[in-house]
Amino acid sequence: MTISIRSVQKQFGRYPALNNVDLEIADGELLALLGPSGSGKTTLLRAIAGLEFPDAGQVLFHDKDVTYASAAARRVGFVFQQYALFKHMTVAKNIAFGLDVRKGKDKPPKAEIAKRVDELLKLVELDGLGGRYPSQLSGGQRQRVALSRALAVQPSVLLLDEPFGALDATVRKSLRKELRRVHDATGVTTIFVTHDQEEALELADRVAILNKGQIEQIGTPREVHDNPASAFVCGFVGESNRFEGKVEGGKFVAGPLVLPAAGVADGAAVAFVRPHDFTLAESGVTAKVERVNAQGALARVDAVLADGTRIEVAASRADADRFTGEVKLAVAKSHVYAA
Amino acid sequence: MTADSLAAQRPAAARRPLFRRRSAIPGFGLTLGVTLSILSLVVLIPLSAVALKAAELSPSEFVAAAFSERALAAYRLTFGAALVAAIANGVFGVLTTWALVRYDFPGKTIINALVDLPFALPTAVAGIALATLYAPNGWVGQFLTPLGIKAAYNPIGVTIALIFIGLPFVVRTIEPVMRDLSADVEEASASLGAGRLQTIWRVILPALGPAWLTGFAMAFARGVGEYGSVIFIAGNMPYKSEIAPLLIIIQLEQFQYAQAASIAVVMLVVSFLMLFVINAIQAFSRRFV
Repeated sequence: MTISIRSVQKQFGRYPALNNVDLEIADGELLALLGPSGSGKTTLLRAIAGLEFPDAGQVLFHDKDVTYASAAARRVGFVFQQYALFKHMTVAKNIAFGLDVRKGKDKPPKAEIAKRVDELLKLVELDGLGGRYPSQLSGGQRQRVALSRALAVQPSVLLLDEPFGALDATVRKSLRKELRRVHDATGVTTIFVTHDQEEALELADRVAILNKGQIEQIGTPREVHDNPASAFVCGFVGESNRFEGKVEGGKFVAGPLVLPAAGVADGAAVAFVRPHDFTLAESGVTAKVERVNAQGALARVDAVLADGTRIEVAASRADADRFTGEVKLAVAKSHVYAA
Repeated sequence: MTADSLAAQRPAAARRPLFRRRSAIPGFGLTLGVTLSILSLVVLIPLSAVALKAAELSPSEFVAAAFSERALAAYRLTFGAALVAAIANGVFGVLTTWALVRYDFPGKTIINALVDLPFALPTAVAGIALATLYAPNGWVGQFLTPLGIKAAYNPIGVTIALIFIGLPFVVRTIEPVMRDLSADVEEASASLGAGRLQTIWRVILPALGPAWLTGFAMAFARGVGEYGSVIFIAGNMPYKSEIAPLLIIIQLEQFQYAQAASIAVVMLVVSFLMLFVINAIQAFSRRFV
């Protein structure tokens, strides 16, 4: 289902949580809302769910205005960070809840509900645990139950609010893959909120980056990583070295570092260089290597420029041994923004 | 310490008797000891004294004292009125708590304090006030009389007094649980298509269940033992509106100590059984926590 957000505004007291947000979500898409805390990403998700209502603007599902429709009427599946399972119900009852509360002819027969619960348990690899209570499950298992409970009603859109936030790193990683798999298997339009850029970049088809109630950039993970639209996006998405300096005649200068800055107006500016965009070269900026940390496929190098600026360089393991003493570094790619 | 000496110690630790197991939480011996001493001094020994006193009677005398027509009527009234009052409090208590926990309104702190009043007020004061209000010519009673309802000096009066006494028990036990219910769970229920009533009925109330049972049991137990407030509004007519605690006092005033004790023993056994059953239900309903 396509979802359109049209100039949505929402204020909490005097603090604007959403400031004229426009967003189009395509049918079957997996979209990440990425931003720091307080950026409005959760408010936007809750406005789509019908758990929060905008002060102005429209939310459209398939061109139908649902801005003020209740959560129940929208048929959304919502997954909460803290699972929000019904503690007094078994796993199976939790999953069946959305079907169980339907009335009259909308309510599927018992056998059908049981069958659907079994399917969903299998989908999230929890078969056989239907009789347990949530308190008897691990955090990762609880979130799987919450996911299948949301999917049970065959929602038109699946919304997840920091779904992996309360889980430890290993479980988070495996659940991430699981969500991608479930999304691909069901084809349901999915929007999830996260402050973890790695999670957003790895999982989503497109990423919307929010800052201070506004969308800074929307694009594929690759687009937002390689061509960040603003200094905020560049600093927030992916790792980078940040330099403050100024632009003069198309050149960014910060101490010994000079970077091309075509098209940026003269004056104060910030530049970002990704760690892997520093490369060893015959000529370039001189850096003194302080520490080399080789882990996995990469070697991370801490170095200091002549003016004392610390930088981080990522090199391949094969090159790790060449980082000793003073080295010369070229910059393969940089991003410069007027400050 | 070497690994060998550690290994040698382990079986010894495992053989420690149950009460001397090592635990990281300090004070087991002290707290259990104090608990048992105090329980013995204020509960167990006085109660066994009651049983001993009753044992002075021969079995037939005991039955005559404890199961006379008058005593049976008193038990029925005491346990029946306490049960009805506890059920009424179970309903009103949930509503009161709902209003207090979920909404902000002017005068909330005053209402909050009013709920606790039955805890603090001398029960005789409450009894006299209630009797004056609900008497046929009282403020409330005068409106009930034309409707053919007599709300004082009969079992209804007893129940009214017990409702007054029991309300805070229900409110104060379910209040923290209701406060802890996260908004998430209700939002989850709504997003899954449940209506407001369904959410209340299927999600919120079941979550309150164990605490509600505790409050219910406490209100009931308090109702069974209540004396001060009831005797002023009950009318105290033998066979009709005489509660068992009053019957015990009457026996005492006639110097029939053993007879009084036998009635007390019956109340003790019945109360204990009922609380035991309620606790068992509660343990079952807490299985998911």
